[in-house]
Amino acid sequence: MSNLIETLKAQIIEQLNLAELKPEDIDPNAPLFGDGLGLDSIDALELIVLLEKHHGIKIQDPKDAKAIFASLQSMADYIIANKK
Amino acid sequence: MIMEATIVSYCKIKNNTVWVNGEKINIDNNSVDFSAFLVNLYRQMNLNYPKFFKMDNLCKLGILAAEMVIQNNSKSENFEKDKVAIFLANNSSSIETDRNHIKTIVNKNDYFPSPAVFVYTLPNIIIGEIAIKHKFTGENAFFVSETFDANFMHTYASIALQSRHTTDAVCGWINVDGNEYEAFMYYIEKKNLNKAGNGLNTHHTAEMIYKLYN
Amino acid sequence: MSTKVYITGMGIISAIGDSVEETLQSLSDSKTGIGKINYLETFHKDTFVVGEVKHSNNELIEIAGIGNYNRTTLLGYIAAREALKKASINDIKEARTGFVSATTIAGMCTTELLYKDFLEGRNNTNFIDSHFCGVSTNDIAKHLGIIDYVTTISTACSSAANAIMLGARLIKNNILDRVVVGGVDPLSKFTLNGFNTLMILDKEWCKPFDENRKGLNLGEGAAYLVLESEKLVKEKNKNILAQLLGYGNANDAYHQTASSPEGHGALLAMQNAFKVAGIHPDAIDYINAHGTGTPNNDSSEGIAMQTLFNNNVPKFSSTKAFTGHTLAAAAAIEAVISILAIRNSMIFPCLNRSTQMSDLTITPVNTLEKNIPVNYVLSNSFGFGGNCSSLIFSKN
Repeated sequence: MSNLIETLKAQIIEQLNLAELKPEDIDPNAPLFGDGLGLDSIDALELIVLLEKHHGIKIQDPKDAKAIFASLQSMADYIIANKK
Repeated sequence: MIMEATIVSYCKIKNNTVWVNGEKINIDNNSVDFSAFLVNLYRQMNLNYPKFFKMDNLCKLGILAAEMVIQNNSKSENFEKDKVAIFLANNSSSIETDRNHIKTIVNKNDYFPSPAVFVYTLPNIIIGEIAIKHKFTGENAFFVSETFDANFMHTYASIALQSRHTTDAVCGWINVDGNEYEAFMYYIEKKNLNKAGNGLNTHHTAEMIYKLYN
Repeated sequence: MSTKVYITGMGIISAIGDSVEETLQSLSDSKTGIGKINYLETFHKDTFVVGEVKHSNNELIEIAGIGNYNRTTLLGYIAAREALKKASINDIKEARTGFVSATTIAGMCTTELLYKDFLEGRNNTNFIDSHFCGVSTNDIAKHLGIIDYVTTISTACSSAANAIMLGARLIKNNILDRVVVGGVDPLSKFTLNGFNTLMILDKEWCKPFDENRKGLNLGEGAAYLVLESEKLVKEKNKNILAQLLGYGNANDAYHQTASSPEGHGALLAMQNAFKVAGIHPDAIDYINAHGTGTPNNDSSEGIAMQTLFNNNVPKFSSTKAFTGHTLAAAAAIEAVISILAIRNSMIFPCLNRSTQMSDLTITPVNTLEKNIPVNYVLSNSFGFGGNCSSLIFSKN
């Protein structure tokens, strides 16, 4: 699990071009959107691409994304639960 | 009181060199490629705007050039942000990002088009980015032409500035095609030239725009 | 500055017809042009429905009769030629004439077909040269014989509204007497894939202003208006289709692609258009909304309309369920539809919708309304980059 969290941190920083951010700056339980990392709707779509590209998981309905991307931890939980 | 359209600042960025109001700005490290140059300039300006890193190079260049003309002018402190217009033009549209987007859809086996890339496949997104950063909700337009046409831009801005709902305008030419790039931006304010104050204050004419551009 | 700007001709080609007459017929029959992909080469062929012009490139070459050009140039030329014909203009050079055309795709439709070849060294520079936005405009202008003033506008989905606005200003400022204004965008893999990544495409027919709307359908086409000065209209005793009374443009300054929840930019654009028109919002008989069918747009635009009209919103509809969203051509296509509403005393319906939106109190026109006096029409067009434009047309 902690490996997956670290991998996700690196992937998010790369995919979302968060150049000013270091992996240790991301709290796994802090909200990714809104006050947390300040991500927006395009970032949410990029995270959907990230899941498909790096983890082989396809999200069909963008409405599902909200719960999955609540935090880094919820994202990791979702990956483990849906990994084929 | 006669209000005249006045150019209160201008900026040129080309060949990793920056001029603001005719003066060359010292850049810490400019012998790098275009992308790295943009990041160096951003850091040197202390902009603290993380969204910058998500933009394509056309928008990064536009944000920096706009910042130069907005920070370095003698315009009045009091102005309404919904009366600031933005008019830009270029030759290559959003070609750099178009190429990047095409690369992601051309191969069925490596098909991962990126939404964050696609949103930049429109040249006028640069206007949106400047508008968002400075909360300018005035009129805007983006034109595509062979070369920078000062007559055209002068005519367009002059007509817009006749209206009550435009008092200021950010105008210019901004083109990126591979490592070839060029930005020329200027800020126009309707002001009373007799009380112009310090700094650059020059009539908004096509001749003057050509002169500043060249 | 006070000269009036009249519309004396118009031309259109889209999924619902190759001419003004065919367009009116489809609108009157509530017949959509959106369906399965037949002409665009894409592996999404069976996934999405789109509003295609019902001709192959070879057929368009035949119809246009100006030689071998890309789909952008062909569609644009066909619509602009019709507009000039309807305005009974035989001699372009009798007045100072301009051409202001909007596009976002330009040569991309051909570039993407040839891109793989290009990468593999089979260079085809003929088409690569036509990639840039300005080239198709210049080719169309050349074949129309317009040389006095030619320019290209690219502000995403509001592009054609801004082209119409620029044309009006060029006439009001006595720079030109007559301007052909409008826009063109063909379908392309580029946009289909791009909009798909944004997850705002509905795989079925779009349902603008419906609670359960899922997104937009892409379309293609071109439309142009001939704008003429009051003076020229009087001199030549021209037949008038409508007057372009007002126009406004503003930036939402919220997000690259999303509209602000309260529709701030949309509201500013509409307010500016009313200031230019010099009429009260109460005068409006019909609003042709931008109404793309995305959850975000219809909510944001609806709220802006409720704010502007103080909850007394006139009859409104989106006609994008007929044509699909034609991007840079949309505002010109909807200008033609707005003028058809005025000329034929009809209000065209918002197709496919059934459920009231929960965040709005207003409901669009759902079935064709005939014999309705339509004297003033407001038409909205909003684009990525926050660019919001509104136009106001009047009967006289």
